[in-house]
Amino acid sequence: MVGIVSYGAYLPKYRLGRSCIMDAMGWLAPGLMTAAQGERTFCNWDEDAVTMAVAAAWDCLAGQDRSKLDGVYIASTSLSFADRDNASILKCALNLKDDVTTADFTSTQKAGTSALVTALEAVKSGDKRQVLLSASDARKTKTAWFHEMWFGDGAAALILGKDNVVAELLGAYSLSQDFVDHYRGTEGKFDYNWEERWIRDEGYGKIIPLAVKGALAKTGLKPTDITRIMFPCLFGRAHWEIAKSMGFTKEQLAGNMHEETGECGVAHPLIMLARELETAKPGDKLLVASFGQGSDALVFQVTDKIKNLAPRLAVSGHLANSRTEYTYGKFLRFRELLNTEMGIRAEVPMQTALSAMWRDRKLILGFVGGKCKACGTLQIPKSNVCVKPECGAVHSQEDCEFVGRPAKILTFTSDLLAVSIDPPASYGMIQFEGGGRMIMDFTDCTMNDIEVGVPMQVTFRKKYYDKDRCFTGYFWSAAPAFKKPA
Amino acid sequence: MATGIRDKVAILGMGCSRFGERWDMSAQDLIVEAFEECIKDAGIEKKQIQAAWFGTAFESQHVGLSALALPMTLRLPFIPVTRVENFCATGTEAFRGACYAVASGAVDFALAQGVEKLKDSGYGGLPNLGSNGGPAHFMVMPNMTAPGMFAQLASAYRAKYKIEREDLKNALAHISAKSHANGAKNPKAHLRKAVTVDQILASPIIADPLGLFDCCGVSDGSACAIVTTPEIAKSMGRKDLVSVKALQLALSNGYEMQYNEWQGDHFVTADKASTRAYAEAGIKDPRKELSMIEVHDCFSITELVTMEDLHISPRGGAIKDVMDGFYDATGGVPCQIDGGLKCFGHPIGASGLRMLYEMYNQLLGRAGDRQLKNPKFGLTHNLGGMPFMNVCSVAIVGRYN
Repeated sequence: MVGIVSYGAYLPKYRLGRSCIMDAMGWLAPGLMTAAQGERTFCNWDEDAVTMAVAAAWDCLAGQDRSKLDGVYIASTSLSFADRDNASILKCALNLKDDVTTADFTSTQKAGTSALVTALEAVKSGDKRQVLLSASDARKTKTAWFHEMWFGDGAAALILGKDNVVAELLGAYSLSQDFVDHYRGTEGKFDYNWEERWIRDEGYGKIIPLAVKGALAKTGLKPTDITRIMFPCLFGRAHWEIAKSMGFTKEQLAGNMHEETGECGVAHPLIMLARELETAKPGDKLLVASFGQGSDALVFQVTDKIKNLAPRLAVSGHLANSRTEYTYGKFLRFRELLNTEMGIRAEVPMQTALSAMWRDRKLILGFVGGKCKACGTLQIPKSNVCVKPECGAVHSQEDCEFVGRPAKILTFTSDLLAVSIDPPASYGMIQFEGGGRMIMDFTDCTMNDIEVGVPMQVTFRKKYYDKDRCFTGYFWSAAPAFKKPA
Repeated sequence: MATGIRDKVAILGMGCSRFGERWDMSAQDLIVEAFEECIKDAGIEKKQIQAAWFGTAFESQHVGLSALALPMTLRLPFIPVTRVENFCATGTEAFRGACYAVASGAVDFALAQGVEKLKDSGYGGLPNLGSNGGPAHFMVMPNMTAPGMFAQLASAYRAKYKIEREDLKNALAHISAKSHANGAKNPKAHLRKAVTVDQILASPIIADPLGLFDCCGVSDGSACAIVTTPEIAKSMGRKDLVSVKALQLALSNGYEMQYNEWQGDHFVTADKASTRAYAEAGIKDPRKELSMIEVHDCFSITELVTMEDLHISPRGGAIKDVMDGFYDATGGVPCQIDGGLKCFGHPIGASGLRMLYEMYNQLLGRAGDRQLKNPKFGLTHNLGGMPFMNVCSVAIVGRYN
């Protein structure tokens, strides 16, 4: 049996109330009114497609054995690096062994499902035992345009394998068509879009049904056999009309999540799938399709094993952890769409010593510290000499992972002098349960959220962006701990 | 068996520039301003100086690397000059080098000079180094500023002793008001305006809970000392001698930042360095025996917890002592009688020597309006870096006999 072994998701804490875009820009584009309802997810200033992919992957790994993974794929159209394997960053942030296959799937909105099909094929062939796929997108849009309202940021991750399958693949059908509803040239910053009515009627309206029919034919199923169907569509009414035209009922159609998150690009079909898996019952048949230069449509059947999955946040857990902003300027600034004065203090050398980064990769990307074999003391960073005063053993430390260890604030401040896109810059020392401590940036919190003793968790974040060299530096920050999912 | 530095070195002369935003002065100009006073006070000729130690911290802001700026500026006669940098302990570190040279018998006269020209950065606060701070630091350390590093002491101190934010803020305001009152009497101080506790409490927050008046001045300035042995000083006819009683340094080793015991509320290094300094100086009860102290009040909270690390206030007892006025000019152990870093200012490389300059003048009865009655021992303390990883220096000077 080949299929989904585990699933996870990540949505940024920040939500933008869409009405604030209308409030700020309605004078220019009054048509925005028609989309100014609900809220969309958006990345904190220190998040991007890669950090969200890491967070979704860790969510997906709840209760899973990482050593079984021998493939790591990332799918996105908004990756940080055009030539540096983004999936390798993900692989390091999960502290996986080096002998895994990593690959970036990109350049189309269907990259998430294409990666999924490829991963399932790899597993089916027996070449790979398990592949982890994390799809993630944080698409940049021009201001005062519908896409700014319709889009959201988010990620979803799946582990595909043969054992302990929670949703078996019944069949997949892929369709490739050079239907260019929008494109972004290699040197382009923003998408160029064609007329929406054409995209709706000739794009979604024809391509999705073709793909879905293909998948149903391949699996010998009828629309009535499907428990839930999920596919992205920017146009709410068309979303339902397309489903209806194919013979599906309203009960079968999963919402397009416009109200809660907006459409999260490449990740969106998988976010919808993860959301369905949260409540799916054994026997349920789920059909997921994508849209982008064609479509991939896949049908899964949920198994009994779904009951055995460890608790995770998935989509609902992240939907519950939100902070709604109505400050449009903040949204623009976080996305580098507003050129604000940051002061001379911000003009610092930002060059990353790539050789030093390579040496320290386990710490920087994996947040791996050390455990002294002589005295058992946990410490981060790992070092040559044990930090315990009475020990001091030399070359005694073995790798020790700190991701996921419970921690609490020991010291903190909120700093208005530090250069920050989200002032005040909060940071402090966190103490890990069982040993080890580190002074870290705090994120996803306000001054009111932090106090000595507050539980924290580490989260993979963008630490800095070197504009001169287009380099994103990543490290781990601390955020108030999520409540444990039940 | 080592016997320590006590009474092996005498201060022959000292000088200190006016501290402040010296827009019209370069580092070199400041060096000359301090040195002219110092060499005159020492009563020797420049050519008699046989070795020098030069302290600067943010050299890339002004003089650049190496010790060359000192001999180039003063036209020193081809003598050995060493540049030292050890965060905010840099000035004291330069002094330590000169003292050890004299104490070892290697030279008769040594110069220690510190300088910092901070006001050419284009912005307030200390320079932001970015990736020039070293790759490991840049890639891993949080986006911190100096006030933010030290503000964390307040959070941990409050948590440990269960102190209300308001009570702590009041004590911190008292500390800054006291230093402003002292600094107002000091013609060389950067900030010479007395401020009220209410003004301090109303000042904008910089790094919670520290406000603007909890932070010291960022200043340009230079200070220096010429040292010799007491025997040579006496042979020159000098009577009132100020000698070095103790010179200690303690540096973090990761215990605070990476081991699991320290609670973030105090300075481990200051505790160790002061304990060793008292032993070296023969001081048994610092609260009774010290006449005055100049501590590293980069931020008011630093001064507060340092009172405990120096074993003058009991653990958890600094707030009471501060509020009782024990560290005021009229109190049991006047602290920052010259205005401190808070008001005299903080040109990093010069600060340790500036503190010694005040102690030296007080011991010689030359402190003008600020003169304390018959001081015997003066302690200086520097704390460079951050609470969880730092360089601490403690020096004690006193009358020689």
